[in-house]
Amino acid sequence: MRGLISLLAGSLFGAGLLISGMTDTTKVQGWLDVFGNWDPTLAFVMGGAILPMFIAWRMTPHLSPLTGGHFPKMGSLELDRRLVAGSVMFGMGWGLAGLCPGPAIASVTYGGFGGVVFLVAMIAGMFAAPGLGAQLDRTANAA
Amino acid sequence: MHTEWIWGLVGGLLIGLGAAVYLLGNGRIMGASGILGGLVDGSDRAFERLCFIAGVIGMPVLLRPLFSSASETHLTSNFVVIVIAGLLVGAGTRIANGCTSGHGVCGISRFSLRGIVATLIYIGAGGVTVALMRHVWGLI
Repeated sequence: MRGLISLLAGSLFGAGLLISGMTDTTKVQGWLDVFGNWDPTLAFVMGGAILPMFIAWRMTPHLSPLTGGHFPKMGSLELDRRLVAGSVMFGMGWGLAGLCPGPAIASVTYGGFGGVVFLVAMIAGMFAAPGLGAQLDRTANAA
Repeated sequence: MHTEWIWGLVGGLLIGLGAAVYLLGNGRIMGASGILGGLVDGSDRAFERLCFIAGVIGMPVLLRPLFSSASETHLTSNFVVIVIAGLLVGAGTRIANGCTSGHGVCGISRFSLRGIVATLIYIGAGGVTVALMRHVWGLI
């Protein structure tokens, strides 16, 4: 059942990424390109995506997940060094290539060899992340 | 209104619907970097992670013939840029514990401070990167 729900959610996500144009790197880089030919499409995608989730979060206090367990609690309010440094790194990569993790996965069958190389490099970065994060904490403690 | 904006809104609603199904069904936050990263780390629930990824990859394969105009990625052909960008996206999203779907869609919609701050930072860093690389140095 959980697998089926995951497949359904992934299918909706993949369909949305394709239809919204978010697997087109020119649209994403166009959104980030405020000094060039700015493309506001991403704001429509983000707005459209936030709406159903806003409603879903409003439902969670009155329900339990369909497959049991509990809904995720709100994370800590702490804005730590990992959140800031990681988001800066992510933003730099996102700007460079115009791909974030969802579209990189969704477009792997039609993004050509470059798309596969991006996905492999992204997975390599994920492998390296725990070590880099620990390094970041050590620098923080030393400072 | 521009047709591409309407498709953006429709696609966005589907993305949000997917996230709502994942939350209300499985009680989990639909974050692409977290779901894939958990497989890389060997975390639990590998089967449902794989099911999710199968949907993300499979649905565009089925729909692409109907949306041929939306199905070009226009990714740079510069492999140095591709590799550096991929490494930064993979490492950065795992260190920050979220990307555009997790921090962006799922975080902002519950008014999570961490999600809102992360989103402002990665959009800002992306904007500066595009400005420098495109308009100052002319590299992308």
